[in-house]
Formats: sequence, structure tokens, C-alpha cells
Amino acid sequence: MPRRKRLRKVVAPPGFKGYKPYGNSQKNKPFVELLYEEYEAIKLADYDLLNHLEASRLMGVSRPTFARIYESARRKLANALVETREIRSVFGNARLEGTWYICRECHARFTMPDLKRDQVCPLCRSLQIEIIKT
Amino acid sequence: MKTVITSKGNNQNASFDLRFGRAGWFCVVDDASGKPSFIENEQADATGGAGVKAAEKMVELGVQKVISGDFGPKAKELLEKFNIQMVIIQGENQSIKEIISQLIN
Repeated sequence: MPRRKRLRKVVAPPGFKGYKPYGNSQKNKPFVELLYEEYEAIKLADYDLLNHLEASRLMGVSRPTFARIYESARRKLANALVETREIRSVFGNARLEGTWYICRECHARFTMPDLKRDQVCPLCRSLQIEIIKT
Repeated sequence: MKTVITSKGNNQNASFDLRFGRAGWFCVVDDASGKPSFIENEQADATGGAGVKAAEKMVELGVQKVISGDFGPKAKELLEKFNIQMVIIQGENQSIKEIISQLIN
């Protein structure tokens, strides 16, 4: 079993659902899924002009992991531009500020402060927890 | 680690209070010993700002987890800022004892 992915902290989700190319002839190409954390990586590195170490700390991941997310984001954007594909923003492995979780066993709803690293239900310690999408 | 459960009364057989700022009592449970102690909420009948005062109290007590029925927007904001975990449960008919046993097991 592979190691589970740490959730990447995203300060604000992208303000769009997607981008569509226009002026192209071909229709119905598969779209590119830009994950929330990839959007955040692009924003931190190329819009806020942070270096990768600072950006990785903000997202709560290591610098190499940040670099991987950023690279994947750039490749997806390049792919979308060159192949005139639609871009859609997808939730991915993000953890939004103030995200609420729900436990599937005892149905408790709870938050997960930064200091807590164990991803278990605070009441019954079940691992069966999921994010409530708002 | 300390956990607070909102309670209607000052003993373990009292029922769980769904309100946070206006809960009658706060039951402080230490995870290590499992022993509850009860603190009266002076803000239970306040006209305003009860949630904020209660959240401040949580910070003062050094609590890391709060179990209640719901949290107001201001209390939520404050608890989030101080990295206190909020847990919302629907157990209106549950007693404090039941919740503690769920927590400790």
C-alpha cells in the first residue's frame, strides 16, 4: 500500500470552475484537471513570487513535494494551451482553511487544526473520515 | 490533552448541551486520567458575546478539543485561530458519561 498523501493546505480555492479555449475548430477534447493544490502552487510561486521553500511551508508540504506539485501544474497548463484543451479546477488533495470533516462511523463533524497530524475522528478514532465539501 | 464537553448540569449524569456559548456547564476531561471536572458557565444568561467569552475561556483553560452541538460564527473564528479542535455531535439525549466513555475507550 502506498503512503497516503498529506493534504496540501490551500488558502483560497480558485475563483473559477474552468477555462475554455475559443477560436479553435476541434470540439469535445478531453479536459485538463487542474487540482486546487496545483492552482495554489502556481499562485504562490508565480503570482506571489515566493520561493519554493516559503511556498512549501505555506502549503504544509516539503519543498520537493511542492516542486512536484508545481511542475505537474505547469505541465498541465502547457498541455492545455498547446493542445487547446479546456481546464477545469478539481478539488484534489487540498485542505481548505476552515475545512470541516465528518466521521462515517459516529457522524461527528469536526475541524482539524494545524497542530493535529493524525487524520482520525476525535471522538471514536475511526479512520473513516471525509471532508464535507461546501 | 484536555477536552471540554458542554453540559446541562454539573455531574456525569447530566445531559449534553447542544449550545456552546450558553451551555450551563463545561465539563473538562483530561484524556490521560479520564476524570471530569465541571466549571459553571457565567455567560449562560448573557445578553450578548457569550460565544466569544466561552471561546476565550477555552483558550484560558488550555483546552485542545471542544465537543458541542454547534458553534456560532464568532466562536468558530476564535477557536480556529487558537488551533482548538471543534467537534459537533447530535447527541441531545446523551449523558456526559456516555460521551466520555466514547472519548476514552
